[in-house]
Amino acid sequence: MAAVDRSGTPLVELKNIRISFGGVHAVDDVSVDLYPGEVHGLLGHNGAGKSTLIKCLSGAYKQDSGDVFVNGERATINNPRDARGYNIETIYQTLALADNLDAASNLFLGRELTTGLGLVNDAKMEAETRRIMHRLNPNFKKFKDPVSALSGGQRQSVAIARAVYFNARILIMDEPTAALGPQETQMVADLIQELKKDGLGIFLIDHDVHAVKQLCDRASVMKNGELVGTVDVDQVSEDDLLAMIILGKKPEHLAA
Amino acid sequence: MSDTTTGTSANAPKKRSLFQQLEVDTRLLGMIGAFLLICIAFSIFTDGRFLSARNIFNLTIQTVSVAIMATGMVFIIVTRHIDLSVGAILAVCSATMGMVQAQWLPQALGFGSFWIAPLTIIAGLVVGTLIGVFNGWLVGYQGIPAFIVTLGGLLVWRNVAWYITGGQTIGPLDPTFLIFGGAEGTMGVTWSWIIGIAACLAAVYALWSARRSKLAHEFPVKPVWAEVALGVIFCAAILGFVWILNAYLIPEGRLERVFEARGEVMPEGYVEGHGLPISVLILILVAVVMTLVARKTRLGRYIFATGGNPDAAELSGINTKMLTVKVFAIMGFLCGLSAVVASARLTFHTNDIGTLDELRVIAAAVIGGTALSGGIGTIYGAILGALIMQSLQSGMGMVGVDAPLQNIVVGAVLVFAVLIDILYRKRWGGK
Ligand SMILES: Nc1ncnc2c1ncn2[C@@H]1O[C@H](COP(=O)(O)OP(=O)(O)O)[C@@H](O)[C@H]1O
Ligand SMILES: [Mg+2]
Repeated sequence: MAAVDRSGTPLVELKNIRISFGGVHAVDDVSVDLYPGEVHGLLGHNGAGKSTLIKCLSGAYKQDSGDVFVNGERATINNPRDARGYNIETIYQTLALADNLDAASNLFLGRELTTGLGLVNDAKMEAETRRIMHRLNPNFKKFKDPVSALSGGQRQSVAIARAVYFNARILIMDEPTAALGPQETQMVADLIQELKKDGLGIFLIDHDVHAVKQLCDRASVMKNGELVGTVDVDQVSEDDLLAMIILGKKPEHLAA
Repeated sequence: MSDTTTGTSANAPKKRSLFQQLEVDTRLLGMIGAFLLICIAFSIFTDGRFLSARNIFNLTIQTVSVAIMATGMVFIIVTRHIDLSVGAILAVCSATMGMVQAQWLPQALGFGSFWIAPLTIIAGLVVGTLIGVFNGWLVGYQGIPAFIVTLGGLLVWRNVAWYITGGQTIGPLDPTFLIFGGAEGTMGVTWSWIIGIAACLAAVYALWSARRSKLAHEFPVKPVWAEVALGVIFCAAILGFVWILNAYLIPEGRLERVFEARGEVMPEGYVEGHGLPISVLILILVAVVMTLVARKTRLGRYIFATGGNPDAAELSGINTKMLTVKVFAIMGFLCGLSAVVASARLTFHTNDIGTLDELRVIAAAVIGGTALSGGIGTIYGAILGALIMQSLQSGMGMVGVDAPLQNIVVGAVLVFAVLIDILYRKRWGGK
């Protein structure tokens, strides 16, 4: 895997992010960054604070303190619309699809294509959806059905298509393969490689240490809301990563 | 997109039945079937009086007020809210309009001024919309459950209405205002035919342009015979409806008075049909606009998305708080419009106008297939629901069923309709 150039300005920097919910410090003074063409893995037990951290970047939550920088400039992200304005796209763990609507309506939700009269252009949106789905998941056929009628993998491809369609520069994927079979998981892995080549920066939250080792350039481990450490995946073994997750300590040979 | 709001197409069986080839909503067919059954049954028990032109005319104008509000209630329920205050808002609007047209404006402009009716109606619509905005703000921005806001509103607004009029019945209302009530304001035979034919052309054009747009994107289309059949059914229904309303003749006495007023003598054997009531025309307009909003605008898309998954809507950048305000504002506006129709039909404002309308309106929306769990509902369904409720009520009245039993039946039908709906959705998938 080609080394990522980290000499320039990072695409994203999250600095000293803190957020708590009624006394629980969900994220406690965490700083991570992301460079163009880089896949940055986030690891940790359930409840470690991974989803909460990235939600401060995607606009779903507002951090209590700490700053977000995009391309070196301080970014104000108060809601998901702001995040989209910075070309940040998110695939949420819960997928965040409106089950009663079809694939096209979900893909364009909040960014509908309209006709000259300002009415939603369903035919155009469906055509675009067919086009991108053909690339992402050629087996996808259920364009007319509400997404509640789709399988886990099909729903996942709708969520991914939504993030990819709008030319994201920064992509957040929160456990994108959790509901998928091996074949679909491979599909997501291929897609990540492809997007990386296009120069996107990707935050990838994943449970699977093996997958993180394969797909990511760097990995950050969180435990109880705190950052255990950020490592170059080439310099650690899978066991090292597991030890970080479980013990909450950086491996001996990397500890400063 | 047409099917997604009803969730009917999921898990359809492989063999394509006649109805599937026509691509019509089976749930709509079920409702039409139930409606026809009610009509036929009452027609038998009343020796055909139930389906006389006169009764159909009356049934139509009795349905309008509840049906107008039911279209707004669809949006409210689809976004997982409820509005228990619609009857009370209607009363406030009616009270305001009563005072404006019978007391305040005549003093300012003089009796019989042309401006009384339009200004009155504007006042009613503005009051309704403002109350709706206020409700929506309490629900959306303050986070008070809609059930509580509107339950409180039910008490508050009905009694605000009482204070506006000092508890008095207000009337007679402005003569121009009364044409929105129904029997007094109809389009006449010729104009009704013209409107009917225009509606047919619009329906055919809608079918044709939908097909053309699908072909342009190389999507599958239904067979030509199915499109033609649908067009024929639509046109037959529209023209049949106009024909019946035209067949209901204006009473001779009233015609004579019209001629007298013009200083003429009515020719021997002269007859004239009622035609389309203006109030029904308003309902049709509301139905078309609300359907357009639901299916073809961003607002409508966001309403259904928010109902289907509020978190997803929020994460997609939809301002769901503002959306709540808009949805309640639309509801308030429609309450104002219903108040025009309802008070004009009564020819005066009374304290108890709109009492229990909240229940009728919610029942109409729910019988029409709006799911209380949110995300699912159609405008035409709610109107059909209102029509079914009204037919049951007037049919039982004609047959001579006691009032208490009438209410028992209507209540039971509501629960039964929801049961059918639940079973139907289990069987055919969707939510
Ligand atoms: N909206 C919320 N309200 C209250 N607590 C929350 C909320 N979101 C997250 N938390 C808490 O924050 C902690 C971190 O959760 P999360 O970020 O989902 O963990 P992860 O994604 O690493 O599994 C958990 O203790 C969780 O219960
Ligand atoms: Mg998580």
